Amino acid sequence: MTRFAPHISERDLDMASRPKWLNGSTVLYAAMAVVLLILLGPIFRGGSQLFLQRVFDSLNNGAVYAVTAISLVLIFKATTLINFAQGNIAMFGAYVCYQLSVKMGWPVWPSIFVAMIVMAIVGAAIERTLIRPFGPADHLPVVLITFGLASILLALAGAIWGLEFLAFPSPFPAKPGDRFTIGGAFFRYETVGTLLVLAVMLVVLFAILGRTKMGLAFRAVSSNVESARLVGVHTGRTLQFGWALAAALSVLGACLVAKQTNLEPSFMAKLTIFAFAAAVLGGLDSIGGSVIGAFIVAVVQSLVTGYGQQVAGFGWLKSNFALVVAFALILVVLLFKPEGLYGTKRIERV
Amino acid sequence: MSEPVLEVSDLGASYGAIQVLRNINFVVNAGEVVVILGANGAGKTTTLRSVCAMVATSGSVRLFGEEVRTHDTADIVRRGVAHVPQGRGTFPELSVLDNLRLGAYVRKDKEIASDIDQWTTVFPRLGERKDQAAGSLSGGEQQMLAVARAMMSRPKLLLLDEPSLGLAPLIIEDLFGRFAALNKDTGTTMLVVEQNAEIALDIADRGYVLEAGQIVLEGTSNELHSNDAVRAAYLGA
Repeated sequence: MTRFAPHISERDLDMASRPKWLNGSTVLYAAMAVVLLILLGPIFRGGSQLFLQRVFDSLNNGAVYAVTAISLVLIFKATTLINFAQGNIAMFGAYVCYQLSVKMGWPVWPSIFVAMIVMAIVGAAIERTLIRPFGPADHLPVVLITFGLASILLALAGAIWGLEFLAFPSPFPAKPGDRFTIGGAFFRYETVGTLLVLAVMLVVLFAILGRTKMGLAFRAVSSNVESARLVGVHTGRTLQFGWALAAALSVLGACLVAKQTNLEPSFMAKLTIFAFAAAVLGGLDSIGGSVIGAFIVAVVQSLVTGYGQQVAGFGWLKSNFALVVAFALILVVLLFKPEGLYGTKRIERV
Repeated sequence: MSEPVLEVSDLGASYGAIQVLRNINFVVNAGEVVVILGANGAGKTTTLRSVCAMVATSGSVRLFGEEVRTHDTADIVRRGVAHVPQGRGTFPELSVLDNLRLGAYVRKDKEIASDIDQWTTVFPRLGERKDQAAGSLSGGEQQMLAVARAMMSRPKLLLLDEPSLGLAPLIIEDLFGRFAALNKDTGTTMLVVEQNAEIALDIADRGYVLEAGQIVLEGTSNELHSNDAVRAAYLGA
């Protein structure tokens, strides 16, 4: 048989013997519902204003996770690989932006823009020199290379800009009074700005992927490399474009968040893990899914770390457990719904 | 006679250490439909992949008189070769329309939209489903999409890798009828590899028989059709 048939694993057969409603999605939603249910007490005691505040606070994170998750998804779609260097490519780009804006006195937005372009070129160069020599099916060496690359960028940033925290300029009005009030909770202009940038970025990204020839080629390579070659697509150049685009986007994400976290060589490490959780939750090959996943992760993170300690018996749940929550989420998704909420079920030729 | 469209000589091909093809020689002339018959594992698919530089080869592959064996696939496609791979090779996540647009990827003229109209008229099912994901089409529809996509590049040479595979007999008959019509109407030269000798010889001008990586027989369709060995091996007579 050569038709495309859904890949059927033993687990699917096992699932088939269960009632129809008990599938991966329900397990996922049920898990989230249970978490919310546990938090319900403190949420009510805290009142609606605090709840709104926690949600508003998470939106900024959500947008930054989304931008970073999209850059992971772009590489994954094209190569079915996780680029473990993505967070540090973004970090390095934020330092380039710092160099231009703080050290050389450029305005913030041109600095961000130039940093995106610089890292896009670096991303393209990385693809050409370190990734392309290995066959697309040769996953292990490429994964190891991205790990190595992450360490190199980390060391390089430390060597050039030092290890101390540096203040980063804000791309948006970020004085203490720059906010408006909804239901008694503060909504900062910064958050509005970050959400707007995410929206603009999505429009531009979908236009590039959906309406340009390069975008069409990129989607073709993501879907079927062999057939892409057979219609005349230069697959190497197309993947290079994917690396450049992903690098530029991740730099944008890093520059949006660096004001709040301050700049330091490992400042993207945690954030990249949340972005990874978001991408896994939304579906590693779905751009839209990873945006939704990013906001779910951010809201859950904010609620669990904000209210978790007040649940009886959970006093130990400090905010540094946020990473544990992210990993737990990744684990639950991979176990019960490996393709994520909006990803394509794995298709194999049999 | 003018230069052959495709001239393959002393072709060898291997996957790693395994030699799959040995000393293959064949010619496809302009406007012809040529079939290569062979059983599973005879090397049919590898022969087509060799023409497109998708496997490691030795020998010579001349396209319109020019040696292209060591060129890359994208370049060979730009020289007018369209390859419909085994298993259709559509882009399952992409819409039917995007699949057709990709067929025209190497073109730079302004008639791509009118060609899409043309092929969705020839294959109305594709027109009806133009916004659907290609992966949601039936096997027969996917094969038509694969052929339409190949024709979108306005190829001079169309390579078809076992188009009958996995399709119902009536659909196979319809499909090969369309190949014959395509050849007649557009003059597109075709090289088809098939196991289904009956239907393939029906539309072909000439053919070759491939066994264990070597060409063992060649002739016109009529000669092959009446050859005892071919009849015994492929026509169940």
